[in-house]
Amino acid sequence: MHFIKFLARRIGHSVFVILGLSILVFLIARVMPGDPARMALGPRAPEAVVQRFREELHLDKPIYVQYYYWLRGAVQGDFGMSLFTKRNVAHDVKEFLPATLELMVCTGIIFTVFGILLGVASARYANKWPDNVVRVFSYLGVCTPAYVFGILFLLLFGYVFNLLPTIGRLSPELEYPAHATGFITIDSIIAGDFRAFWDGLKHLIMPSVALALGPMAQEARITRSSMTENLQRDFIALERSQAIPERRIMTRYLMRISIIPTVSVLGLDFASQLGWAFLVELIFNWPGLSRYGINVMLHKDLNAIVAVIMIIGLVFLVVNIVVDIIVAGLDPRIRLGAERSK
Amino acid sequence: MGKIDFARRWEKLKKAWYKFGKNPLSIIGATIVLIILLLAAFAPLVAPYPEHAGNYVNFPEASRPPSWKHLCGTDVFGRDILSRIFFGFRFSLGMGVVVISITAPVGVTLGLIAGYMKGSFMDTLIMRLTDIFVAVPPLVLALAVCSILKPSVFNAMMAISLLWWPWYCRLVYGISSSIRNEFYVQAAEVTGASKIHILFREIFPNCYGPIFTKLSLDMGWVILIGSALSFVGLGAQPPTPDLGTMVADGGKYMPDQWWIAVFPAFAIMFIVLGFNLLGDGIRDMLEVEEG
Repeated sequence: MHFIKFLARRIGHSVFVILGLSILVFLIARVMPGDPARMALGPRAPEAVVQRFREELHLDKPIYVQYYYWLRGAVQGDFGMSLFTKRNVAHDVKEFLPATLELMVCTGIIFTVFGILLGVASARYANKWPDNVVRVFSYLGVCTPAYVFGILFLLLFGYVFNLLPTIGRLSPELEYPAHATGFITIDSIIAGDFRAFWDGLKHLIMPSVALALGPMAQEARITRSSMTENLQRDFIALERSQAIPERRIMTRYLMRISIIPTVSVLGLDFASQLGWAFLVELIFNWPGLSRYGINVMLHKDLNAIVAVIMIIGLVFLVVNIVVDIIVAGLDPRIRLGAERSK
Repeated sequence: MGKIDFARRWEKLKKAWYKFGKNPLSIIGATIVLIILLLAAFAPLVAPYPEHAGNYVNFPEASRPPSWKHLCGTDVFGRDILSRIFFGFRFSLGMGVVVISITAPVGVTLGLIAGYMKGSFMDTLIMRLTDIFVAVPPLVLALAVCSILKPSVFNAMMAISLLWWPWYCRLVYGISSSIRNEFYVQAAEVTGASKIHILFREIFPNCYGPIFTKLSLDMGWVILIGSALSFVGLGAQPPTPDLGTMVADGGKYMPDQWWIAVFPAFAIMFIVLGFNLLGDGIRDMLEVEEG
């Protein structure tokens, strides 16, 4: 019961945030200097055409009326026309979003699994060499932007050793598998096309590892510090005194509470990688929403910019709700409705 | 106002400094930051070819790999990359300092107000506003704002500043909302101290530690985001010697002329590493002070 209340509050809050975000983004896009209609049609378009365009987009009305029209469209999934692709923005989003999601899911899996593993190894062998290696790695991961990793990988594995494909999602000689989820790796399995699966996976490795290294380092650091802290707790001493095997203590009792802080920041890490994906997709020519986002930004395509930001905000909120549910599952204090200790 | 015990403060400072000096990583961080500060400050003197910073063309020397004459090689215009990196440090540091000196005071003040007035309308207004700002990765919003404005270093700094204050606000909010019921705050209230006094003299000093740590870590972050904006072409414009722009330009000549992109990339890593180590060192140092 508490949990449902907690969830309802979280979702209500998210709806508020997404509405607020839409106002913010709308203001940024409309209040900035320059005439959007003129910007869209170029300096040589005749004034009458620009004027008609303005009326079509309700740009001649006060800003709150414009917002009303925009919001009415947006809740129905209509974000207007993209001036860059000359298509409906919603259509573009539908086409490009799966590629980005596939990349992000892969990134998320890599940094969660390896971040926790590295953190556990680091805590298990605290102040021995594995710990030191992880520590050096985590500094490297924190201080290196994903696009630098991307470029270095491209150079090393793409060109010098020639191990992995450098651009796109699939080699040009292969056919895209039939569209089911939009994830090439999943679609190809459904279609039974294992060559496409293998090829798609190979294309995924470099960009997703480039994106994952930063948060992986952070997750490892958090897991390490939370595990070493919990190792000092009384219940661990109690379990040891009862001769419960060390392995069982580690995996059953220690891990579960120690990864709570790690899991709580997963959402934030995921979100910040969604930002860096903008650059990584550009480097690897990944046909996703982020590369589309950069392109529309360089073309000052306002409708599309607003839509891309709203979609990213939405993904971020959904991920955070999911993370909250996982944390609640792990932490009985939240699940059972006790206040989270500050 | 009570008398300040200078001797005690001095002791505390000495103890903290001792702790800072004992951690080799903090010393490395401080050294890196110092080196970068000096290189940036004296770039025209220490750079081997200071005239290469701007619009300089020397095609006979173009695209040379690293050699004794050009330690990091030259770019496609024949400009010495090492010299440009030194000048690039100026832009990175400048960006970090400007953004943080705009955002930290704003964020801290709002955080203090919201935390002290927890439960009031102001609290709700400020904190819900931060919720909205942090719902999108800062890099994405910065890109969007920059794309709508004219791309330039100044606009990039404004865009990042617009998005950075909520993080300070949240940090300070956590602290100030938890100590607003401490006895010394209540004592100040009862004796009729002004709101400003309570916020800045009673509550604010408790936030020094986390704020200093965050300032140092954020220098790294802001430099990363600034370099990302330039990388995409929405920040500093050529021929400005900006590290992000240099990496992006160099990326076009991969893999044959790898040095054009790789050395500026290392420079970014170096600068961010320095501020991260320094930030961690400051945090450890201040933890001792608490105890």
